[in-house]
Amino acid sequence: METYLRPAVIGVMIFVVFNALIMASAILVLAERKIMGFMQQRYGPYLVGPHGMLQPIADILKLLFKEELRPKGADKWLFTLAPVLSILTAFVAFATVPFGAETTFFGLLDEPIKLGVADVNVAVLVVFAVTSMGVYGIVLAGWASNSKYSLFGGLRAAAQMISYELAYATSLAAVIMLAGSLSLREVVDSQAGTWLGFIPKWYVFLQPIGFIIYVIAGVAETNRAPFDFPEAEQELVAGYNTEYSSVRFALFPQAEYINMVTMSAVATDLYLGGWHGPFLPASLGWIWFLLKVGVILFAYIWMRWTVPRYRYDQLMQFGWKWLFPASVLNLIVTAALVLYLDA
Amino acid sequence: MPETFVFYALSALAIGASLLVIGQRNPMYSVLLLIASFGALSALYIQLDAPFVAVAQIIIYAGAIMVLFLFVVMLLNAPREDAAEWDRAHPLRHPNIGRFGALLAGLLVVQLAWALAKATELEAPVGARADGASIASVAEMGRILFTRHTFAFEATSVLILVAMVGAVVLARREGSNQ
Repeated sequence: METYLRPAVIGVMIFVVFNALIMASAILVLAERKIMGFMQQRYGPYLVGPHGMLQPIADILKLLFKEELRPKGADKWLFTLAPVLSILTAFVAFATVPFGAETTFFGLLDEPIKLGVADVNVAVLVVFAVTSMGVYGIVLAGWASNSKYSLFGGLRAAAQMISYELAYATSLAAVIMLAGSLSLREVVDSQAGTWLGFIPKWYVFLQPIGFIIYVIAGVAETNRAPFDFPEAEQELVAGYNTEYSSVRFALFPQAEYINMVTMSAVATDLYLGGWHGPFLPASLGWIWFLLKVGVILFAYIWMRWTVPRYRYDQLMQFGWKWLFPASVLNLIVTAALVLYLDA
Repeated sequence: MPETFVFYALSALAIGASLLVIGQRNPMYSVLLLIASFGALSALYIQLDAPFVAVAQIIIYAGAIMVLFLFVVMLLNAPREDAAEWDRAHPLRHPNIGRFGALLAGLLVVQLAWALAKATELEAPVGARADGASIASVAEMGRILFTRHTFAFEATSVLILVAMVGAVVLARREGSNQ
């Protein structure tokens, strides 16, 4: 591939990923309501389109035509900035997540391209850094609304994020040690192949505790039930987004769904072997990737409608007294084993 | 040439945001401007071919420490940092304290001038070291940190620990056991 083509390839990749994320958030809204309906023995949305399939379009149109309100005492700049910051970090976080092996699209391109927007050698850390910035959107929304419910939602988001980020990062570090690389693409490629011919070499089998910690902390980081304290509708009306309406409001749940996708994609890359899987050729590995992400996303929704919310003090106790020590222990044991087996 | 332009734009952003942190009175905006300043610094690190340092800067400062700052500012919910009566009578407002601060500021300017004068002697590009190893490599950076700079590294961590213990001691009320 000639060098002048590279910006074009990156441009196409950005376009595809951007739209895929928007579509994913729309599909997730529908999936969430359908699965919730199924779990509660009812149909869920059923009127718009066949089996209610076009419900997300109706939702978006409804939100677009709502009036945009801003409380009188709200901070004008930060109130506008907060949802933008939320959605921005949600999109940017996916930039360094690879989702497929090198492919030429069946000879369509002269040289293979890597599926993923940017291939950075510290990709794991970039994803972590950007998602950790995502909390500012929620915290600022809570503060700028000048409402007591919003403020509590924002405060909780900040406290929860700091508490669970530690366990999250520590469980990541254990995988990085196993793979010996900070690049997500290299982490995925180190999981190629099988043990004994049938067990895939996924890190979930080497890091079962790490995987569980990662998923729990990931749910807390994306503010999903049972860790949805920033909005906790029974206590705080709607938490940080109480005062928001119309498009500004819509951006918050959309950012949340995109964050879920990113979290699942990173979990797939780190623990579930990314695009490696049997039956399909390497050029179609992204289908495996999508399937694995879908399974994790289903588990996300499943968890939300089956597990009740924690109490706030339980949340803090669990984060600091169980999750964090467990992840540190996991890290120490992993480090010792990696050193021992390598030497 | 575009690199030079980006460098000056980012530097201007970092310096401007840092000045505004102390230049305006809304503590909430101060925190956000500080984050903007950190972001610009981090982008400058990327320009120096040190992506790991850049990302660490974002994770540690912007992602963790500033969230804590924001949390405290929100918890106190101080709308503006106005000079109230008790504030003007504060011991830190004593003129001699101001003079001491001015002295320290003068010292800092002298130090900066000295360091910059010395820096012109450096010929090698910042990202690369003499033996060809780049600080872009995380493994190489870890090796340097735990061999050549071990003392500085450990001394810094002890310093942070001391500051933490000091904060606990200062915050503790006399006579309370909790």
